[in-house]
Amino acid sequence: MIALGQHWEFIAAAYLGSVLVVGGLIVWTALSARAAGARLATLDAARPARKPQ
Amino acid sequence: MAQTQPKPAQVGWFTRIAHPGLFMGWSRRLVVPLAAITALIFAVGLYYCFWGSPADYQMGDTVRMMYVHVPTAWLSQFCYAVMFCSAIGTLVWRHPMADVSQKAAAPLGAAFTALALFTGSMWGRPTWGTFWEWDGRMTSTLVLLFIYLGLIALWRAFDDQLKAARIVAVLTLVGAINIPIIKFSVDWWQTLHQPASVFRADGPTVDGSILIPLLLMTLAFSLLFLTLHLVRMRTEVMKRRIRSLQIAQARAAGGAA
Repeated sequence: MIALGQHWEFIAAAYLGSVLVVGGLIVWTALSARAAGARLATLDAARPARKPQ
Repeated sequence: MAQTQPKPAQVGWFTRIAHPGLFMGWSRRLVVPLAAITALIFAVGLYYCFWGSPADYQMGDTVRMMYVHVPTAWLSQFCYAVMFCSAIGTLVWRHPMADVSQKAAAPLGAAFTALALFTGSMWGRPTWGTFWEWDGRMTSTLVLLFIYLGLIALWRAFDDQLKAARIVAVLTLVGAINIPIIKFSVDWWQTLHQPASVFRADGPTVDGSILIPLLLMTLAFSLLFLTLHLVRMRTEVMKRRIRSLQIAQARAAGGAA
């Protein structure tokens, strides 16, 4: 790791905050997509099959 | 998804985007490649942020905060531009995917705006000697965050999402007045922020060694937004389908009783 000079704590806080927010967005987006996909699959499976025309 | 899908050969590009079933088909194939490209550009960009670029001759290493602050600030406004276009799509063409796009983008815009404010205050303390100043750029960006939060709250206040979409779209268009204020605030008012230094008629005033990581990180964050927006749009389409299936189930159960 490079030396970040006398203001390293501000640089570290900016990058740590970015990692937390971006990571949180990714996890939230992935989990809600997975939950919706699973719920939709369950509901689709529970639907009565259509009669062939 | 068990939705009736027109055959791709029979429809134009507009219908391909507009039809939720077809959107789910083509967007599924985009998510993984987009995510992989985003991760790759982030890896290269972060290398340049810390190892491949020098410290600034005036700001020293604090310039490295610019590589997360500028991309998030750019996205805070770009995301609103996406919502603005979607709002027009909702109000003018009643585009089936326009309000889905608006709803999916709002939390992303709020998160990137909050991040821009946070990284900006971290950068401001060592360079300006203050975390916060009520200048035009920072105040109008804070107003943008409140607009995003208000729009998210409005979406949640309505059960009928189609009705909510029109009201949110009107307010999104009204709130767009804040975007040029953010952009030109540094020219209109006395401010701590410097005027534009990358996108200028006479070319960037930033040295190439600093411009490269800045552009790489801006591209990485933009691709991240596109990926997350696409996935969130897919999720919103699925949630609407879930809701209609649940209503159909409830009706069927009511009819059988």
